[in-house]
Amino acid sequence: MFTVLLAIAILVLLSLIFGAILGYANVRFHVEGDPIVDQIDALLPQTQCGQCGHPGCRPYAEAIANGEAINHCPPGGQATIQALADLLDVEAVPLDGDHGAESAKRVAVIREDECIGCTKCIQACPVDAILGAAKQMHTVIADECTGCDLCVEPCPVDCIDMVEVGVTAKTWSWDKPQGIAATSLNIIATDRQAEVAH
Amino acid sequence: MSAVNMQTANVFSFHGGIHPPENKAQSLQLPLGRPSLPSELILPLGQHIGQSSRPLVKVGDKVLKGETIAINNGFLSSFLHAPTSGTIAAIEERLIAHPSGLSDLCIILIPDGNETWTKLEPLSNWQDISKTDVLAYLSEMGIIGMGGAGFPTQVKLQGAHKNPLTHFIVNAAECEPYITADDMLIREKTLELVLGIEILQHLVEADNVVIGIEDNKPTAIAALKSLLTKRNSKIQLAVVPTKYPSGGEKQLIQLLTGKEVPSGQYPADIGILCQNVGTCVAVHDAITLGKPLISRFTTLTGDALKNPQNVEVLLGTPVAHLLDYADSEQKKLSRLIMGGPMMGYTLDSAAVPIVKTSNCILAASKKELPPPAPEQACIRCGMCEQACPASLLPQQLLWFSKSQEFEKAEHHNLFDCIECGACSYVCPSSIPLVQYYRHSKSSIREAREANVKSDLAKQRFEARKARQDAEAAEKEAKRLARQKATSSKATDAKKAAPAKAAPTATAAPASNDESKKLKVDIAIGKSKLKKLQKQLLEAQENEHVEEINSLQLQVTDQEKAIASLEEQLAQVPSAAPVAPVENTAKASPAPVSDELKKAKVDVALIGVKLKKLQKQLSETPDDQELKDKISAFETDLKAAQDTVSKLSENTQPSANTAAAEPKAVISDELKKLKIDAAIAKAAVKKVEKALKKAEEIQAPEIESIRQQLQEAQQRADELEKALANPETTAPKVAAAKAEPTAANLDADAAKKRKIDLAIAKAGVKKAEKNIQLLKEQGKDEAEINASEWPSKLKEAQDKLAALEKEQAAETTKSPATTEASAPSTPVATENVDADAAKKRKIDLAIAKAGIKKAEKNIQLLKEQGKDESEIEASEWPKKLIEAQQKLAALEAEESTSATSVSTPVEKTAAADSEAKVEPEMDLTTQIKKEKIAVALAKAQINKLNKRLENSPEDADSINQEIAATEQRLQSAETLLEKLIHSQTNMQENR
Ligand code: SF4
Ligand code: SF4
Ligand code: SF4
Ligand code: SF4
Repeated sequence: MFTVLLAIAILVLLSLIFGAILGYANVRFHVEGDPIVDQIDALLPQTQCGQCGHPGCRPYAEAIANGEAINHCPPGGQATIQALADLLDVEAVPLDGDHGAESAKRVAVIREDECIGCTKCIQACPVDAILGAAKQMHTVIADECTGCDLCVEPCPVDCIDMVEVGVTAKTWSWDKPQGIAATSLNIIATDRQAEVAH
Repeated sequence: MSAVNMQTANVFSFHGGIHPPENKAQSLQLPLGRPSLPSELILPLGQHIGQSSRPLVKVGDKVLKGETIAINNGFLSSFLHAPTSGTIAAIEERLIAHPSGLSDLCIILIPDGNETWTKLEPLSNWQDISKTDVLAYLSEMGIIGMGGAGFPTQVKLQGAHKNPLTHFIVNAAECEPYITADDMLIREKTLELVLGIEILQHLVEADNVVIGIEDNKPTAIAALKSLLTKRNSKIQLAVVPTKYPSGGEKQLIQLLTGKEVPSGQYPADIGILCQNVGTCVAVHDAITLGKPLISRFTTLTGDALKNPQNVEVLLGTPVAHLLDYADSEQKKLSRLIMGGPMMGYTLDSAAVPIVKTSNCILAASKKELPPPAPEQACIRCGMCEQACPASLLPQQLLWFSKSQEFEKAEHHNLFDCIECGACSYVCPSSIPLVQYYRHSKSSIREAREANVKSDLAKQRFEARKARQDAEAAEKEAKRLARQKATSSKATDAKKAAPAKAAPTATAAPASNDESKKLKVDIAIGKSKLKKLQKQLLEAQENEHVEEINSLQLQVTDQEKAIASLEEQLAQVPSAAPVAPVENTAKASPAPVSDELKKAKVDVALIGVKLKKLQKQLSETPDDQELKDKISAFETDLKAAQDTVSKLSENTQPSANTAAAEPKAVISDELKKLKIDAAIAKAAVKKVEKALKKAEEIQAPEIESIRQQLQEAQQRADELEKALANPETTAPKVAAAKAEPTAANLDADAAKKRKIDLAIAKAGVKKAEKNIQLLKEQGKDEAEINASEWPSKLKEAQDKLAALEKEQAAETTKSPATTEASAPSTPVATENVDADAAKKRKIDLAIAKAGIKKAEKNIQLLKEQGKDESEIEASEWPKKLIEAQQKLAALEAEESTSATSVSTPVEKTAAADSEAKVEPEMDLTTQIKKEKIAVALAKAQINKLNKRLENSPEDADSINQEIAATEQRLQSAETLLEKLIHSQTNMQENR
């Protein structure tokens, strides 16, 4: 009987000690914010376009953390869905067409001589990528533009175009070879007669 | 003695490597060739790593050989020089030598054949001046690494100062098969090379200077050896065994020093600098001869060339020119390669130019470079691992690259791969390994860049949000503070009032005391209200939307407070009928004027609200709720205006009865006048703004806006006059007040019409858009017709037409009224002429807009697939013709009146300088307008051309339209020219 009581007492004591340690650790090493939301947010393209139905990427990240589908972000496209699926360990599903289609990267360009300087586009731009002042010609800082489209609608004179960012020699990247059984034209080292050097 | 001094360095070895057939002898049969000048030189602006250079020349400029034609664009960029004298023919996109086969911006130079050098300024005192200056000079001479990547040399040299250098290595290994350009360079320019190395050594001060050269270049080695011995040089010569890729920077470093450059680091991090022989010679030429980098040695080789050889070729020479020079046989040529067979890439076109980094053109026959065998599965033989000079695990990297596991590939040091191709070369399964690595690398780079961008976007987004929140919080805080201040003041006053009242009104009854207190409160509240109104006015003038809102709220609050106080006050005297006489005398005029004020405020408030709603409405034209609200407000407004006019009538007698204190009343009146004047001025300003905007977008409502402006100005003038002599103007004020309300009503009607118009237009646009969308979605005509949109479109168009008609009728009516009213106002007499001219111009603009609209509509009908007869049946062609006729008539009128108007103006110019400014202003605005018209026409042509490309089946109609638009463009351009001409004339006259 005593041994049983002793065992119980020891276990209770131990659990109290560990509980205290855990409790302390919880306070001491408390992480601010919601790490999973941060992780999801980091995977989203940050275009801030609102096509997902949320006012920006972070709200959508929060919604995903609360169980919303991961396929509502057209700018991110399939790559983002895949990354989200990997992170959350869920099935990767195709992009939900209701929210828009994946499109090539674009930037806004203001036809400057038509701009009347109404500043409406500035107010619409989520990343402050438009420069201008009332009654002055406005222009888009192409490097900062996320191509979210939000400035096109408010423009009263329709002088904003979304222009596809073409591939230049500097941004071009190599294709993936076709895979097994395909000949690739770009690989040159062919005239092989020699042996590996030793 | 000298033989002893000539040092030979130790040679180590590196892992892996292969021995492909060298094929170097072919191009060494002939001596160095110097091809003739090509018919044009193509100079890409991005010949180096980093930002493209910025062109310094314009098309048509004449340049001399060696002249700078482009300057660096940032830190990691370079200069570019004219390789020969000639003319800049163009700066345009041309195909460049790049694995992508894409084009890039190039300067096109047509040589004049004289080869006239610009003045050369060698840096003869390079030993005495600061090293930074020498580096800057090298940058200006356009020197970049000529070995491969094209890294700007001065940047590399600067980086070498990070750590003390143990070794300065000159790379003469040239390990890639076929290429002999460096070999030839060493033979031809031995002295220049050594002098260049000495200059560089002076700049970097390394402990050891070593030239690394493969043992398959005996002639070059001998030449170097003898020269180094003769010069008693400290430069060491390290002859390394031939093995591919000993010329790789890291491999050569390992060969010569035994040190390995750690993964992810640069040679400079371990105190080593590498420079290609070509770069050393270029440095020598730049510093001692003053010649910028404008030519290079290039190997022309391959079985498809009859005369393979090395050439010294001007940068920008098209490859095709060199192929001709070396007698290429088109039949034999199967693949054209830029660079060597291991690391080069296939060229799709021979039109690409030689750039600073092109070391070889390989015109290979089919036998020489047969198409690679199909890829097979990796058998994990490990040959690639054996061959890899970077000691990587190529099969592992392949695995990760294939499965897109880029993170793991990075962990396996993918970025240490030098893309030498040794693994591909030995792979028995013919796997294009390097291709996979290149793809993975670029994917990773892209992802990194995207990451950087999205981080930036996030930062900016968050910063913006923080800013907006802060702004909102600040406003809220201000509002609260203001509210607090008001209430505390009120309570203070309440507290103070009894204290003040106590000594004077000890005998007075309690009700009197109370009424006094209330009055004080009311006075305070009123002054507060006045202040708020002033702020509101200011806010309106500056168009601070948020402020206006909050101010309005406060104004209404304040008003309510005053009203309730007044109510109380009204109750107090009735409760205490024995109120002092003077009190009633004071109080009786007050309520009337107060009421008047209140009514006016109501009018202003409702007006502002109405405006806001209208704005909203123009943004969301379909909102029935909004429309209802607007009409409700409009009735409110009217009612309020009525009360205002009624009350102002009442004020007159009450002011007379209140003659006991005439001064106070007058000053009150004066205040009111001032406020009215301010309001009128603000109105003028606003209307002017609107007018300007309308002009800029060529809106058809210019006319009515102008009218409004005139009215507003008139009113402001009158008010100001009244303000100037307030005593005599009491009746006038009333008249002035009555007039604006009428004017307001008119303007309101016009506004409403305009809004209707805008809504109708927006409806048309939306319907069109939707139809377009349906079309894009591939729905056929029938389906589209079945949808509601075409009918909606029709409806909207009808409505638009009706509204326009109405508007037109109105505009014809309104000039008459303004004309009628014009003589009665003495202010405007001198402006009448100018006004007439203006009106004519406006008519013109309207007519033009009408033509445009008609054309557009016809076009629309055409697009909708209606045939000619249907279009004819519609009203538009008729309208178009009408509008054109009107335009012609107006233009004729304009030209006659322009002369008649301009002469008197010039005559009176001396007398009245203001009058002179006006036509000029008109001219400039007109020029601006014309410019916009030209731009619009151009844009339309562009759009049409695009459409032509997209839908060749409509080619006929589109072509017609293009022609029409071009005509329009032409006429607009001629008009513009004329205008500019007359403007310059006018300026000269002045
Ligand atoms: S759709 Fe994507 S990019 Fe756009 S706001 Fe939503 S998460 Fe951000
Ligand atoms: S400029 Fe326009 S498209 Fe670009 S980020 Fe701003 S709102 Fe979006
Ligand atoms: S290409 Fe890369 S992986 Fe292949 S052998 Fe060369 S360094 Fe190694
Ligand atoms: S050499 Fe080719 S087959 Fe052999 S392990 Fe490497 S990749 Fe696989």
